[in-house]
Amino acid sequence: MTAVQSQSSTTNKVLGHPLNAWYVAAWDHEVTRAPMSRRIANRPVALYRTEDGKAVALADACWHRLAPLSMGKTVGKDGIQCPYHGIVYNSAGRCMSMPAQETINPSATVPSFPVVERYRYVWVWLGDPTKADPELVPDMHQMSSEEWAGDGETIHAPCNYQLVLDNLMDLTHEEFVHSSSIGQEELSESDFVVSHDGNTVTVSRWMLDIDAPPFWLKNMRDKFPGFEGKVDRWQIITFQAPSTICIDVGVAAAGTGAPEGDRSQGVNGFVMNTITPETDRSCHYFWAFMRNYRLESQLITTQLRNGVHGVFGEDEEMLKAQQEAIDANPDYEFYNLNIDAGGMWVRRLIERMLDAEGRLVPTA
Amino acid sequence: MAATNTEVWQRATVVEIHTVATDIRRIVLEPALPKAAEPGSHIDVKVSIGGEEQKRSYSVVESDDAGRLVISVMRAPQSRGGSVFMHGLETGQQLEITQPLQNFPLRVGAERYILLAGGIGITAIANMAAVLQRLKASYTLVYAGRSRTAMAYLAELQERHGENLVVHVDDEGTSLKVDELVAGADLDTELYMCGPIRLMDAVRRAWSERELDSPNLRYETFGNSGWYDPEEFIVKVPRLGIEAKVGQGRSMLEALEDAGADMMFDCRKGECGLCEVRVLALDGGIDHRDVFYSERQQKATEKMCCCVSRGVTSKTGAKADASPAGPAVITIDIS
Ligand code: FES
Ligand code: FES
Ligand SMILES: [Fe+2]
Repeated sequence: MTAVQSQSSTTNKVLGHPLNAWYVAAWDHEVTRAPMSRRIANRPVALYRTEDGKAVALADACWHRLAPLSMGKTVGKDGIQCPYHGIVYNSAGRCMSMPAQETINPSATVPSFPVVERYRYVWVWLGDPTKADPELVPDMHQMSSEEWAGDGETIHAPCNYQLVLDNLMDLTHEEFVHSSSIGQEELSESDFVVSHDGNTVTVSRWMLDIDAPPFWLKNMRDKFPGFEGKVDRWQIITFQAPSTICIDVGVAAAGTGAPEGDRSQGVNGFVMNTITPETDRSCHYFWAFMRNYRLESQLITTQLRNGVHGVFGEDEEMLKAQQEAIDANPDYEFYNLNIDAGGMWVRRLIERMLDAEGRLVPTA
Repeated sequence: MAATNTEVWQRATVVEIHTVATDIRRIVLEPALPKAAEPGSHIDVKVSIGGEEQKRSYSVVESDDAGRLVISVMRAPQSRGGSVFMHGLETGQQLEITQPLQNFPLRVGAERYILLAGGIGITAIANMAAVLQRLKASYTLVYAGRSRTAMAYLAELQERHGENLVVHVDDEGTSLKVDELVAGADLDTELYMCGPIRLMDAVRRAWSERELDSPNLRYETFGNSGWYDPEEFIVKVPRLGIEAKVGQGRSMLEALEDAGADMMFDCRKGECGLCEVRVLALDGGIDHRDVFYSERQQKATEKMCCCVSRGVTSKTGAKADASPAGPAVITIDIS
């Protein structure tokens, strides 16, 4: 462990990503019989479905001359044909036929990455496949539960994935970045509590007896028409290594017992975020907003998705500008504030994963 | 993109030896340059036979975090000497070995698996089974042998795999029935096997009779294990005025290169077909050891992969039955 301390990359401006982890490659509906390409953890991956509907992830480079398989077409029960000289691979990435010969070279394979479809996402494992235990998929059960409704989108964020994690682990920025929707002074004034274990970090913050910001007042009125008055507001941020953050958010009529566990007089949502590194300086940011009230209303689903889309658009702008400033000032360092405690634990857990893979090397 | 197979040679120390079944020794090696061994990988070992250095391949049964490698070696009845050398090792002794090489990778993510080990073939299969068990995959481990005392690791496997292990023992009257085994496979099953060549041939036949996808049947193609013992033979290239002797321990490709022919090749293990030569005349037979030609093409004896395939005169495959009239002669042309 001493080695980790001495070469700590805790304030690395561009942090590497663990490979022995499940990352979301795509929303379930994005993956179809027509192959698509997506770069995940610096590796181009071809994604498609078999005739039986099973999602497949192959390295997007043909064994022969590395032509992208995603430009080819699906053939047969589970195959894909290279668009260049026609080699056909099955879903295991093994060659099924070769041009102009009666046999198949048994070495002709492309890597086939383990895939799990869960919580409306297609997850892939790019690291050591013998460690790809499906039970390690982060818990995002609200995404596919009958008790929750909602929807989300993908942001292609032009920054290192760690900057998004930093952003989500510390919501004091809401006061400044999202002042018109969810920001309020009490955010930076209120106290927060950080805890962690080997795989998770939690930051909880309660703001009692405050005015509801516009976004939350609207939500309260969706459930309790005509609601007026003060609220108790909460944000409980839970990080699951290496890059999933689910945020339990909500407000309840002030003094009705929400901090003690009775949320019946309030509205509750979960902001589901999972970030997939694309390159060292870009990532796929999958998010959704799920709620546990008025499940029948598609109108509210659409309004919430659009509302969060607007809020996250403000983050995206900041993240892009931040990455540009980082790259334009290679000789300047990051410094830390007390509000960074959550984000710092996140970095610590990620460093441990990198160290276990023998890859704790700061990327320049 | 295929599994990397660059040979990195290193020294290793024998740190543990014990007998795990009749004539089978478990040997633990501590390599100088430790590297984790994937399931299905093997190491090449330099052995000395009658004072001459030769190479033998052994599957890695398991490896630990420190990079120690476990292999198991059976003293073969008609051994050419490699297993005798290995059985003569003592703890503390040093060996030249490669880092783990991979020709037989396990694909994670199949619907169902059958792992078939015949006898000492368990060495290649045991590690795969351990990984599938850890990942809670759906798998059956089928282990066939002559008698229980000759089957290494039975007790450990039983403990680890429980119901997923099926054992067939010849002298208990429960011999493996290949047709029944293959009948249990469907289009979503991958079968990995390692064992005697005759067992693997029977599975291959049953597999294609059931019209299962051939890429779902996985086994290691050792270019150096043909049906025939290697014999010395002669290769002639009239157009280039070459006549060369191919010794038992050399390939025709090497002999032609030595004789100054400009040869094209890639894999040098009978897979790609780039080393193809045209056969003009043949005195004797050809032991096709490649997987590039179909059976039909091999029977036609018009072409051969000179990196692995050889001239032979023996009718039975055994070297003792080689023709006393002299070696096989293959007359060829090259591109
Ligand atoms: S590049 Fe794919 S078949 Fe040639
Ligand atoms: S060099 Fe590839 S088959 Fe001979
Ligand atoms: Fe934000």
